[in-house]
Amino acid sequence: MNNIIVYLEIEDTTVADVSLELLTKGRSLANKLQCKLEAVAIGHKLDSVGTQVFPYGVDTLFVADDPRLSPYTSLPHTSVLVKLFKEEQPQIALMGATSTGRDLGPRVSSALFSGLTADCTALEIGDHEDKKEGKTYHNLLYQIRPAFGGNIVATIINPECRPQMATVREGVMKKEIYDPNYKGKIKKLDVAQYVQESDFAIEVLHRQIEKSKSNLKNAHIIVGGGYGMGSKENFKMLYELADVLGGEVGASRAAVDAGFAEHDQQIGQTGVTVRPKLYIACGISGQIQHIAGMQKAPSSLPSTMTKMLLSTTSPIM
Amino acid sequence: MQALKKHVTPRSIKLTPKPNRMSLKIVVLAKQVPDTRNVGKDAMKADGTVNRAALPAIYNPEDLNALEQALRLKDRFPDSKVTIITMGPGRAAEIIRESLYRGADEGFLLTDRAFAGSDTLATSYALACAIRNLPHVDVIFCGRQAIDGDTAQVGPQVAEKLGLPQITYAEEILDIKDNVITVKRRLDRGVETVKGKLPLLITVNGTAPACRPRNAKLVMKYHHAKTITEKQESNDDYMFMFNARPYLNITEWSVNDIKTDVNWLGLKGSPTKVKTIENVVFQAKESKQLTGTDAEIDALIKELMANHTIG
Repeated sequence: MNNIIVYLEIEDTTVADVSLELLTKGRSLANKLQCKLEAVAIGHKLDSVGTQVFPYGVDTLFVADDPRLSPYTSLPHTSVLVKLFKEEQPQIALMGATSTGRDLGPRVSSALFSGLTADCTALEIGDHEDKKEGKTYHNLLYQIRPAFGGNIVATIINPECRPQMATVREGVMKKEIYDPNYKGKIKKLDVAQYVQESDFAIEVLHRQIEKSKSNLKNAHIIVGGGYGMGSKENFKMLYELADVLGGEVGASRAAVDAGFAEHDQQIGQTGVTVRPKLYIACGISGQIQHIAGMQKAPSSLPSTMTKMLLSTTSPIM
Repeated sequence: MQALKKHVTPRSIKLTPKPNRMSLKIVVLAKQVPDTRNVGKDAMKADGTVNRAALPAIYNPEDLNALEQALRLKDRFPDSKVTIITMGPGRAAEIIRESLYRGADEGFLLTDRAFAGSDTLATSYALACAIRNLPHVDVIFCGRQAIDGDTAQVGPQVAEKLGLPQITYAEEILDIKDNVITVKRRLDRGVETVKGKLPLLITVNGTAPACRPRNAKLVMKYHHAKTITEKQESNDDYMFMFNARPYLNITEWSVNDIKTDVNWLGLKGSPTKVKTIENVVFQAKESKQLTGTDAEIDALIKELMANHTIG
């Protein structure tokens, strides 16, 4: 009861990085709140999930294993979570801001009438005083996210409704093993009690998932190119530099839109969030949406930021 | 709503084939948003709040993709009807006119002070009540997300409130036959093809085809289309025209018109509250400017190697 629960995204029996990142964050929040960290795996052939997630400090793993639950479809996964949340009454529920999490989260929050904040860039615990009502709330989840095209950062709270739900993009939180020998319990759910026949309304006919080619989010050194690079041809210089430094090449939205770089290289609010030690920006004006992809909180820009700009005035400075 | 839920396709054998006589009742949920993509210097006020006046109000881009999908279904099944529902202040009637110019049949503007301050859940509740107020619905389209909030929550939440299945991130409708729709979805790292039985809700991705431009004839037909509030404000002499041409009336719906419980609307119906808002100003804490001489670059490389950033 009143624990933190993380929805595990599973592709081909492997738990997604974003879920492990959330477990890492969830563990530290659970330590702060002195509650347990739980995880829920919904899908098929989930035998290896336990060994994958326990090192991240999971106390209880709920498993709903049924061939009909894989691949993901909205309704059955919603039904499992809604019933489980009603039984377990978690205070916080986290999921990845991925195609799956952003499809599932809103549906669950609507069914439970609990607030959901999308695409959080930071999660913290804090108090809230409602002066109008004269009430004070302790240990709420501060759900911090950019809004209005990245021009403002809002802190959202759910004072009354539980669970407090949030989605977080891949790469925003850090993934860290808590204790390699950590042992949690597995609780198997009787799937027939959780889903109904009518939940299987959508049938997946074909599914093609590509592995990400670029490893931007884990790169320590990133050479970023913008529209100012001028051409795809000129981008080759960036690959050379990245190669020498042992880094990766990223790009701004304008450069991706112009076809200079691939979509999975896009850094920023609508692309990948990165956490490099060194970021070399070439031909990037430093629009706020791009910088938004380089931070977990406004105070943590890369420790070294070098720019080589074709223009002299830029918000990056 | 029961009718929606228990919608079944009869499996009787048709003696006379009726090609293309399928008629669909299509709803498009659209939103007027401030254009956050082209934010200039004057977009934020000195006190850190958003200067809405400096941002033009536009048709949310992915809602236009959604409208296009609805219109394509109507192209295929001409007896279909496309209904636009939008929620917002009076000026959001512009969204409905823009939709009429492109081929939509009618529009409803949900406007009421009681809606103010709604988060995504309260908004979904209001939209779901409005859809329930329509006699029959086969398919609901909306954009994946709106550019002012980027939450992508309203679509799935409306579907949940109506008890309908959802297909998110749709890029193309591949087939629709015997009330079964086949849709290609765009995922983070791939594509998926799914099928489901109508009625259901579809959110449309920005990678779907762009919306067709305005049609000149339709602009002529609808440019006097107005809501009752607009008619009262403009004080014009066209009342005879609205009576003679009922299609020029854009219906306004208030809380009372759509049978809602006000406890589920506005701030009261919103579980999420905004605690604080900060203006984002990125400034380097320490910065150094190098002019680019060999000696300076040399020093920088040594510094980066010394603190183990490179090497």
